[in-house]
Amino acid sequence: MSYSSLLRYYKDPTLSKAITQKIAELAKKIDEGIMIMHVCGSHEWTITHYGIRSLLPDNVEVRAGPGCPVCITPATDIDDAVKLALDGIVVTTYGDMSRAKGTKMSLEEAKANGGDIRVIYGIQDAVKMARMEPNKQFTFFAVGMDTTAPATAFELLKGIPNNLSFLISYRYTPAIQGSVMESNVLGIDAFISAGHSVTVTGLKPYYPYFLKSKKPMVATGFEPLDVLMSIYMILKQIEEGYPKIENEYTRSVTWEGNIKAQEVMEKVYDLDEGYVRGVAVFPRAGFRLKEDFKKYDARVQYGLKDRTKTSDEHVAGARCGEVVMGTIDPPECPLYMKKCSPQDPKGAPMVSQEGTCWIWAMHKIANPSPKCRR
Amino acid sequence: MINMEKEIVTLLHGAGGSYMNSLIKDVFLGLYDGYGEIGLNALDDGAVINNIIFTTDSYTVRPIFFKGGNIGRLSVTGTVNDVAMMGGQPIALSLGVVLEEGFPIQDLKKITDGILSTAKEAGVHVVTGDTKVMERGKIDGIIINTAGIGVRPSQLDHNIQNLRKTREPKNWLVPLNLRPGDKIIVTGTIGDHAISILSSREGIGFEVNVSSDAAPLNRTMLNVMEVGGVADAKDPTRGGLADLLNDWAEKSGLGIYIKEEKIPAREEVKSAVEFLGLDLLELGNEGKAVLAVSPEYENDVLNALWSDPLGKDAQSIGEVRKDIEGVILETIIGGKRYISRPIGDPVPRIC
Repeated sequence: MSYSSLLRYYKDPTLSKAITQKIAELAKKIDEGIMIMHVCGSHEWTITHYGIRSLLPDNVEVRAGPGCPVCITPATDIDDAVKLALDGIVVTTYGDMSRAKGTKMSLEEAKANGGDIRVIYGIQDAVKMARMEPNKQFTFFAVGMDTTAPATAFELLKGIPNNLSFLISYRYTPAIQGSVMESNVLGIDAFISAGHSVTVTGLKPYYPYFLKSKKPMVATGFEPLDVLMSIYMILKQIEEGYPKIENEYTRSVTWEGNIKAQEVMEKVYDLDEGYVRGVAVFPRAGFRLKEDFKKYDARVQYGLKDRTKTSDEHVAGARCGEVVMGTIDPPECPLYMKKCSPQDPKGAPMVSQEGTCWIWAMHKIANPSPKCRR
Repeated sequence: MINMEKEIVTLLHGAGGSYMNSLIKDVFLGLYDGYGEIGLNALDDGAVINNIIFTTDSYTVRPIFFKGGNIGRLSVTGTVNDVAMMGGQPIALSLGVVLEEGFPIQDLKKITDGILSTAKEAGVHVVTGDTKVMERGKIDGIIINTAGIGVRPSQLDHNIQNLRKTREPKNWLVPLNLRPGDKIIVTGTIGDHAISILSSREGIGFEVNVSSDAAPLNRTMLNVMEVGGVADAKDPTRGGLADLLNDWAEKSGLGIYIKEEKIPAREEVKSAVEFLGLDLLELGNEGKAVLAVSPEYENDVLNALWSDPLGKDAQSIGEVRKDIEGVILETIIGGKRYISRPIGDPVPRIC
């Protein structure tokens, strides 16, 4: 059975219709605005790609929270990558990341100015390139969450070529989602957790945050039926008045998570404060290379100032941080579709395919479910 | 709007999306002086002057040899198809080749072999050419430019004649011929070329057994025009279906509604799209056409395509509507979403 025919079960139109029906029934019973937040670019992609918002009742809104790696990567980290590229070091990174602007320019613009930027699909590609071109210096701009952090840790433990360094900008999802769960200011009723991330970390680290917030949380997969099903599970919890941590993505997520990946990460990284672009510094949200691996740290190798904890920068007049946190809709930002558009993005949420502004603009979302606003 | 003083050209400006559009509109359209039955301002596949279709295209594909073809084959199919999509019968090509010092003659011969065999397949002739060599490092291997001319075939007259039953059509296949109710037909599986190229590039880390679909479509176009009722045709090259359908919607002022489940695609391509987080609708093709067909001819056009090897997987995927704006896709689970013009080349997502 091919990969795509296996996944077809999770896109089945008949099943999706049935779940949509159930969601509508529950929403009617609950009869008040329910705001659900997800914290992952891939979920946003599934939701918009399959038009899931168009299938939801008026009083149920799904909103993107801080989870898009491109959006949360500090501009100062991008500046560092740009600087390395312009200094003649080959910078490898993921496709989307090359378009996000630092305080001066994006990696893509650095490329047009002579920098050697290579889009890769995983850390292994960077290792391979560095081995094949031993006369050049390479840096891997390591952005993302706990989903990609273990692969880099694994390569570091295996041993990597001397001409490859790492500009680490990884963030730890449970710390970020947990902080949002604990905060009541956002008015979020429930959380959809990123299935791939929870596959690594397990549900366990979320438990302390859940105990404090008592808000429904469902670990969710990335096919359209996964998302619909988790919305159903959340509504069911709300209707029954019994919030809990639930697992929709049972084919991958466990309570303990991927122990092997966790061990690898523990050997390589420490958790320290981490800045989420335009939002805040979150405790225990940033990955830092341990002392043993400092020689591979691009910041150490090239004498870059470590600004990950303190950096703060905004696009003048923009409200990116509030969009990333889900407190405002993109059209509430004065720059939205005026000075900042997918064709000429200023803020990070307009750059990434996973960014809320990009998604609203490209899918012409005007006002998805007004009844949810409070 | 491009800032003429500050901006520099980036790769996005060549990727067939909205960046390229603004570059063309803000910079190149300044060249338009009103000349031509279909002139530069139409931004169509080619121009029409004195009943002759004239078009040009440059080819920079990497790698230059890929599964299902090479840059030579592509330089013929691309230009032939641009002529064919306007309803013309391509007859002759020019060939301009810019080579990098050190380029193996052996590879060049393979490329010209590809040009010759593809030209024969299409029934066109390379009649003039030019060669330049640049210093090592000044260009990457080879760049090819072809220009093509085409004449007006009797099948186009027949097709336009049939269209007159339902509308006042233009003289050629152009977006202004679109009317509400027209059916959108694609002539085969989508995404083959893009995935073939992507998987043969280094550093992608996956291999898919998909060949490029590069093929000359002029004979196929003659077949469907012989049936009649074809309002317009376009080939979904860079920017894919998403760019093409938005182009139609913009130029015709009508909406387009398509259904995801109807869009033909190979299993391998669908898997690669899932795996890399790409959008099928944004993938480029080099041997497929999208037709807008008057509804009463839908079945006959499909039947004609199904008996043509280049159209055997053809499907009707949607229709032109006046009650909606832009391009709307009904997704496989029944949701709806707007399709926008892609911005730049498709890039895989991070997580």
